[in-house]
Amino acid sequence: MSARDTDWDGVRLHVVTGKGGTGKTTVAAALALALASGGKKVLLVEVEGRQGIAQLFDRPPLPYEEKKIAVAPGGGDVHALAIDPEEAMLEYLEMFYGLRRAGKALTKMGVIDFITTIAPGLRDVLLTGKTTESVRRKDPSGRRVYDAVVLDAPPTGRVVRFLNVTTEVADLARVGPIRTHADMVRGVVASPETAVHFVTLLEEMPVQETLDGIADLRAEGLPPGGVFINMVRPEILPEETLEAAGEDRLDLDELIVGLKAAGLTDDAEETARALAAEVAEHAHRTRLERRERQTLAKADRPRYELPLLADGVDLAGLYELADTIKAQGAA
Amino acid sequence: MKTAPALDVDGLLGDPRMRIIVCCGSGGVGKTTTAAALGLRAAELGRNVVVLTVDPARRLAQSMGLSELDNTPRPVVEYDNGGSLHAMMLDMKRTFDEIIEAHADPDRARQILTNPFYQSLSSSFAGTQEYMAMEKLGQLGRSDEWDLIVVDTPPSRSALDFLDAPERLGRFLDGRVLRLLVAPAKAGGRGAFKLLNVGIGMVTNIANKVIGAQVLKDIQTFVSAFDAMFGGFRERAEQTYKLLQAPGTAFLVVAAPEKDALREASYFVERLAEERMPLAGLVVNRVHRSPAADLSGARSTAAAEDLDRRGGHEVAAAVLRLHADRMRVATRERREQESFMSAHPTVPVAEVPAMPGDVHDLDGLREIGERLAS
Ligand SMILES: Nc1ncnc2c1ncn2[C@@H]1O[C@H](COP(=O)(O)OP(=O)(O)O)[C@@H](O)[C@H]1O
Ligand SMILES: Nc1ncnc2c1ncn2[C@@H]1O[C@H](COP(=O)(O)OP(=O)(O)O)[C@@H](O)[C@H]1O
Ligand SMILES: [Mg+2]
Ligand SMILES: [Mg+2]
Repeated sequence: MSARDTDWDGVRLHVVTGKGGTGKTTVAAALALALASGGKKVLLVEVEGRQGIAQLFDRPPLPYEEKKIAVAPGGGDVHALAIDPEEAMLEYLEMFYGLRRAGKALTKMGVIDFITTIAPGLRDVLLTGKTTESVRRKDPSGRRVYDAVVLDAPPTGRVVRFLNVTTEVADLARVGPIRTHADMVRGVVASPETAVHFVTLLEEMPVQETLDGIADLRAEGLPPGGVFINMVRPEILPEETLEAAGEDRLDLDELIVGLKAAGLTDDAEETARALAAEVAEHAHRTRLERRERQTLAKADRPRYELPLLADGVDLAGLYELADTIKAQGAA
Repeated sequence: MKTAPALDVDGLLGDPRMRIIVCCGSGGVGKTTTAAALGLRAAELGRNVVVLTVDPARRLAQSMGLSELDNTPRPVVEYDNGGSLHAMMLDMKRTFDEIIEAHADPDRARQILTNPFYQSLSSSFAGTQEYMAMEKLGQLGRSDEWDLIVVDTPPSRSALDFLDAPERLGRFLDGRVLRLLVAPAKAGGRGAFKLLNVGIGMVTNIANKVIGAQVLKDIQTFVSAFDAMFGGFRERAEQTYKLLQAPGTAFLVVAAPEKDALREASYFVERLAEERMPLAGLVVNRVHRSPAADLSGARSTAAAEDLDRRGGHEVAAAVLRLHADRMRVATRERREQESFMSAHPTVPVAEVPAMPGDVHDLDGLREIGERLAS
């Protein structure tokens, strides 16, 4: 066990949301690796039927079964589970009604799929129910089976509703097992054992969605976690150069001298001008990104920055992101 | 380096026979932006255009005068050459309500509209948004008010959802399971369900247990009220689907120069061919290119290292590093695009560069339009 404090000590369920395409699946996986490092056992869960985890770890599609998919740095395991609402429904029928065989027959007829589709909130309660069950599960000695569970959640626009199951199923069931199930979910997601993290880019729309999402969570009494700023470009240029480029007064001559010194003598002037245009655009972008960073600060949540991996995300990149997450104290 | 045929955007927008342009693609790639930019450009070319947006970013919506979700086309700009742009934001619930009102007598309509099951179906069922986008498109198409309709598609993760979801909703409303739940005795009496006889009691039993008697009752009330208008409902959907196959329609697939988005684009292109729906081309949006593309990333890195060794040229070295970084991204994007092109060598392509900031006003849209057309 590591003695080092992290920002989320005591949190067992990490829900990762964000605008689509900002890197939820990637960040959830990296966070799971980071949380597992040093000998922990972590479960990474997906619920959208995309098989995003399998793709990321370069595995065949995950069955409805908790399977080890990666070893964390310094020992520790990441297991993964793709929750399928139909399977979760069958499990539920068996658990509460002992209806395993009947459930299977109904699956064949499409009834289970139908029921999980039509009943408002039922699908969500099954998905979150299975997730919270894995959070609470204990081994025979009474210890939690997983040190942490990371949920690759639906995007920001849907996440509050997704987590707010009690309200969602209010019409469905005032009493009975569904209600019990929903209350159990609520007990976990609204507790200090849960943190809902947001993934964003330094762009207007995702930043706005993050702020809105945090406000929505707070309004529903759900616990907002940290903000993971993803795909951050490295700041390569010295501050003065950036400023100069932003005001269109980059010293072209200095650049030309530099290019020539490096042996780029052909068309050095032309190249310098083109590079200056590139730098000016970069400066403009950087300014906008800084503004978004400031906007995010208003949410008053811990922030973590993850670099843009220029060659895309492969396994090595995932471990790199996990390291960055650890280094910043998020795990 | 392979090159794809260039997409002639102005030719497409200016062609008076072109009546509907549908912008599809996976989430976040720039469908809404592209749709709005195309609409503006077509208006500049003198056409009377309406853009049907689904989920514009707040500031973009404001810049087009769309402050509320009200299903009404709002004038955006008008040009001396007679061209004009209107924009509207889809309100899926209201669109659904309007179909009900159009097809049922007032009493029955009220019964449906106040039904709790209908309310959740019309505001949250996966696929309703796609269905209503198509329905709205059909309405605009039939109204004859516009010579060009540009449609943005809902923000589903997969581009195929736009084509699949309406069918799914239709099947659902028409489905045998629904009938089974609602009138098990009747369904059981029909020959086809004889075989399942054992299962039928179980179905209602389980449904009752899991979703409760009240919800089941709501569903029953909804189905019996909706039954009478189902034919009309289905017919409308089929008409709209046909509209998508008509010669005056063109699909533009929008993608980011990323593996996932281009893979989705590939699926979609293949699907359009199967459905005999006309593809105009691929828009690769948010492409990173360098104004100094002649200087390769590798040479740039080597030069920066050389300057580091010599010392004294910090700025030049940093600029070269920045350039190398940009070239690395550009090369990766290029590679992704090339694999799309090898699979679909005849699909015309337009590239739009990644702008430094968001596109949130008419000037921004105009610029995207220019890049699309160049
Ligand atoms: N830090 C990063 N650097 C580079 N590419 C990234 C990074 N994070 C995510 N990506 C890429 O962005 C795309 C979207 O990421 P993904 O995790 O699938 O997002 P989401 O789950 O939010 O849709 C993927 O192609 C992924 O490889
Ligand atoms: N070429 C571009 N350069 C810079 N930003 C862009 C570009 N195209 C789109 N965007 C921005 O990307 C975000 C997503 O675009 P949007 O059109 O809403 O995507 P979609 O409709 O596919 O979800 C918006 O904030 C938009 O301003
Ligand atoms: Mg994902
Ligand atoms: Mg959109």
